[in-house]
Amino acid sequence: MAQIVVEDVVKTFRIAERTPGLWGAVRGLVHRRYRTVRALDGVSFAIERGELVGYIGPNGAGKSTTVKMLSGILVPDAGRCEIDGRVPWRDRIAHVARIGVVFGQRTQLWWDLPAIESFDLLRDIYRVPAERYARRKDELIALLELAPLLDVPVRQLSLGQRARCDLAAALLHAPEVLFLDEPTIGLDAVSKLVVRDFIRRLNRDDGVTVILTTHDMDDIEALCSRVMVIGHGKVLSDGSLTELRARVTRERWLTVDLVDPAAALDEADTTVVRRDGAQVCLAFDPETVAPAELIRRITSRHAVRDLFVENPPIETIVARLYARHGAP
Amino acid sequence: MIEAWRPYTAIVSARFRMLLQYRAAAIAGVWTQIFFGCVLIMIYEAFYRSATAAVQPMTFAQLVTYVWLGQALLALLPWNVDSELRAMIRSGAVAYELCRPVDLYGLWFARAVAQRAAPTLLRALPMAVFAVFVLPWVGLGEWRLAAPASPAAAAGFAAALVATLALGAAMSALINISLMWTIAGDGVVALIVAAVSLLSGLMIPLPLFPDWAQTVLRWLPFASLFDLPFRLYNGQLDAALPVLARQLGWTAALVVLGRWLLARGLRRVVVQGG
Repeated sequence: MAQIVVEDVVKTFRIAERTPGLWGAVRGLVHRRYRTVRALDGVSFAIERGELVGYIGPNGAGKSTTVKMLSGILVPDAGRCEIDGRVPWRDRIAHVARIGVVFGQRTQLWWDLPAIESFDLLRDIYRVPAERYARRKDELIALLELAPLLDVPVRQLSLGQRARCDLAAALLHAPEVLFLDEPTIGLDAVSKLVVRDFIRRLNRDDGVTVILTTHDMDDIEALCSRVMVIGHGKVLSDGSLTELRARVTRERWLTVDLVDPAAALDEADTTVVRRDGAQVCLAFDPETVAPAELIRRITSRHAVRDLFVENPPIETIVARLYARHGAP
Repeated sequence: MIEAWRPYTAIVSARFRMLLQYRAAAIAGVWTQIFFGCVLIMIYEAFYRSATAAVQPMTFAQLVTYVWLGQALLALLPWNVDSELRAMIRSGAVAYELCRPVDLYGLWFARAVAQRAAPTLLRALPMAVFAVFVLPWVGLGEWRLAAPASPAAAAGFAAALVATLALGAAMSALINISLMWTIAGDGVVALIVAAVSLLSGLMIPLPLFPDWAQTVLRWLPFASLFDLPFRLYNGQLDAALPVLARQLGWTAALVVLGRWLLARGLRRVVVQGG
């Protein structure tokens, strides 16, 4: 059986509506109007042990709600959710002892103290035996390059440094499942690479199941063999990146570097994605017009300096998928 | 057994060490409390001098001791929210608190124990030094904090003080849990401070209240915070066991209430942001 099973989960929130202005505020004292938001509207998926799954969707699509439900913080209104046979919010304590969570942009480290103090407290809260803790801590310090950061008060760390410390904090008790809610948000390029590398290694070497929500498609391309796209509280797509592409569009992009920046380039069966001086990017459907044929046609008519065929970026694919379903 | 308590003792000791760093606040607190104590005593001295009744509910020496105990132990009263917890609830970082493999009420109660004990420890000692030694030295011997009425009174007071810590922590935990609804907590704190400072005996020693009020006060939990232990100390009450029973009874009741409230709060919790 799959390690994580989610079936037809529904979660609605009631949000108090505020009418703007002083009069609205006064009226709000007497009479509150509520708006019901369906954050999750029948979400189902199953994840096997050792998978690394990307979970993407626009803001407000229900990503964080899902992560909070999986970590036992939120109780859904309807549906089934089990991890290793446990219902997260019912067997909360047994469940959370085996998971690790990182909520991006939020730290679980004590602001005014060095990270090592928070680590030591987490050791006690998770009841990690002393020697196992020492081994694990050293391992994490080495992998995430934390040694120079440990004795600095957390508030003095840069965002990237803090994110690395937070990752370590979430893993001190050696969880079998890891939920990462936007772990690379706001990080510089180097920190992103360190974090990605670490997540990949954790998944590959330790067999940790990872669910990763992100807006950064590079995270997805670098890490995830499987992508779930959520919108409107529903799973819009679930599969490999290739399958996601195939589902949304067959389109390929041909980028041509012309010698003459003024030359007109309109080929039949193609649309211009963008034009940047002498560089033109054309979208085409390889089923209608074969790439070789298209290239032959263009090179026979124009002086071409360079050209290459590529898939549309994953951002474009996802944006189209949302647009098709009326995002978010 | 020790292993079972480990997370809770760890959080108490960690928060305790953290809160001991707030020394400037403690120094300011000590000055304020010395000032308040002197003002209260001056007012009561004026009352006692001009009183016509032959017998007062407590002697002036007992009253002075009662007042100084209150000022020295002020931080044991549930008068504020846990600012770290408030920041966590505001930012949504409380989500981390909610996924710890421990009993959440236990965790928050442990935080509240540290929240009450650490500032008290910082303040009580200098206050005691002032009220026991400095006052007689400057010629205000009548205003000084007297020793416990007897060794038995001292022992009873010590035990009751531990129970006060537990009760104060249970009330603080309730205030902190209320943050799940109010987010800011200012209103709740204003109400609580008004109630606690009047009904615990901090402002006016409870024996000085009129008889009809005594009945009411006796049925409220606040007398268990300060009044009962203080009267054990100055010899107005002899039996420590009934006092402890009431204190612990209230603590147990408030723990049950806190657990229930927290469970409700968790069910409706909207973790702020995302």
